[in-house]
Amino acid sequence: MKIRLLDIAHARSGDKGDTANVGVIALQPQWYPLLARELTRERVARHFAGAITGGVERYELPNLGALNFLLHGALGGGGTLSLKTDAQGKVFSTALLRLELDVPDAEARRLALPGASG
Amino acid sequence: MTRVVRVASGQGFWGDWLEAPRRQVEGGPVDYLMLDYLAEVTMSILQKQKERDPSLGYARDFIGAMESVFPAVAQRGVRVVANAGGVNPMACATAVRQAARSAGVSPNVRIGVVTGDDLLPRIDALLAEGHTLANMETGEALSTVRDRVLSANAYLGAPPIVEALARGANVVVTGRSTDTALTMAPLLHSFGWRLDDWDKLASGIVAGHIIECGAQCSGGNCLYDWRTIPDLANVGYPIVEGHEDGTFVIYKHPNTGGRIDVHSVTEQLVYEMGDPRSYITPDVIADFTTIHLEGAGPDRVRVFGITGRPPTDKLKVSIAYRAGFKALGTLVYAWPDALEKARLADRVVRERLDGLGLQFETIHTEFLGASATHGPLAGAVGDVPEVQLRIGVRGPERKAVERFTREIAPLVLNGPPSVTGFAGGRPKVEEVVAYWPALVDKRVVTPVVTMDEP
Repeated sequence: MKIRLLDIAHARSGDKGDTANVGVIALQPQWYPLLARELTRERVARHFAGAITGGVERYELPNLGALNFLLHGALGGGGTLSLKTDAQGKVFSTALLRLELDVPDAEARRLALPGASG
Repeated sequence: MTRVVRVASGQGFWGDWLEAPRRQVEGGPVDYLMLDYLAEVTMSILQKQKERDPSLGYARDFIGAMESVFPAVAQRGVRVVANAGGVNPMACATAVRQAARSAGVSPNVRIGVVTGDDLLPRIDALLAEGHTLANMETGEALSTVRDRVLSANAYLGAPPIVEALARGANVVVTGRSTDTALTMAPLLHSFGWRLDDWDKLASGIVAGHIIECGAQCSGGNCLYDWRTIPDLANVGYPIVEGHEDGTFVIYKHPNTGGRIDVHSVTEQLVYEMGDPRSYITPDVIADFTTIHLEGAGPDRVRVFGITGRPPTDKLKVSIAYRAGFKALGTLVYAWPDALEKARLADRVVRERLDGLGLQFETIHTEFLGASATHGPLAGAVGDVPEVQLRIGVRGPERKAVERFTREIAPLVLNGPPSVTGFAGGRPKVEEVVAYWPALVDKRVVTPVVTMDEP
């Protein structure tokens, strides 16, 4: 089944120069391994294609059930140089949560993901 | 009973809620009030103010904050630690002293001033000695912008703040200290941790990171279950209840709004995070992958397990330089076909700018209501009620940017239809002061503590 990241995770984002960071956190601890498996660097880079000009870095924080992504070239120069509404990358968080995952039905049921039948 | 030290956060940036400092000292017992005023670009704004008036260059909100907490400081022993000094900590201390006199509490106010972070007068000497101050992000040499540098400040750590507290200061004013040092220093001072007790120092840093953005860990800007976060109008700012062993609890005063739980604290922990294994500060490198959180009752989260390791031999330097001019113009287009009309208006403006032969480093257009915040990720929006066209330009010449500001209003009569929302008048030209992060050897920076006694 398809599941929106928004329904299984929450997130916060911020800036460091022209780089936005997005910390994405599993809503339930038992959903973290699924996030860690599916949210690869490549998957997130594909998601943000056209929205950022640089590469993506990925870090794991299993202790917090969280992943941290650095999105380079995300802020139109960053800080005061940027002409963007979101010059400080505050809402890259929900932009990442738009991502849709393909999860096998059996796994979705086993993990009791929202919308999984049975 | 185990001794605890309570450090309350009363300000997450310059511009934060004016009520927060007073509410933190009146809402329940606290030992320290921590006020963080300095964002990356704040130092440059303050430097410009100081150029216009040598008695300025500090966060003036701090004086009002002090006036609102003087009773707690002068009579109940609450101590204040703030990086409100900006580029002029001495002038800030003078203003606090004056306010203390006016309030009749001056005899009970001992101000410790931390300086030594200001590298501006020494830049050429440092460059001559071989310190390149290269941009940490781009690797560019500082020489490319040297003649446009406005301010240069090293981020200082906790020890000078600890020294001021040890010398009896009940108000500590710093320039460019790290945000986290403002919280870590009171813990370090109170518990007498060794300066190589890396795990405890790292705990102090994590405590600082959690509360340095004020209510952003206690229900503010919290996405998790945001609809059910109670009474944000009355939001409680966070407090660290520190323990000698380095563990701590994040909580807020009773009868305040907001929420502190594992979710709200986790959101703040990942805010502005880089490599979680290496949260680098002047005093210690904290490993965020060792942080453990657990609920400890309503609006209480216990934090433990944190490890740290020795810091590097560098300090980060925040350099601000003049980087040209910018302006932003907006117009609103209404249904039907609002986005299509706004897009046409954008093409018209660009064609006219081209026709005028104006050169810019960047022309940036956004369509608010369609794609401004999430860009191409937002997908199709349908025939929305309205779209705001927002065009910005940035370039080295003030004149060209000035000319751009005259190209928005004419569209009301000579561009696409159904346009409104020009009440704000012609866009303002703003000078851009940009941020240049660099590193410098620790040994060339000497923090200085000066006491301002009554």
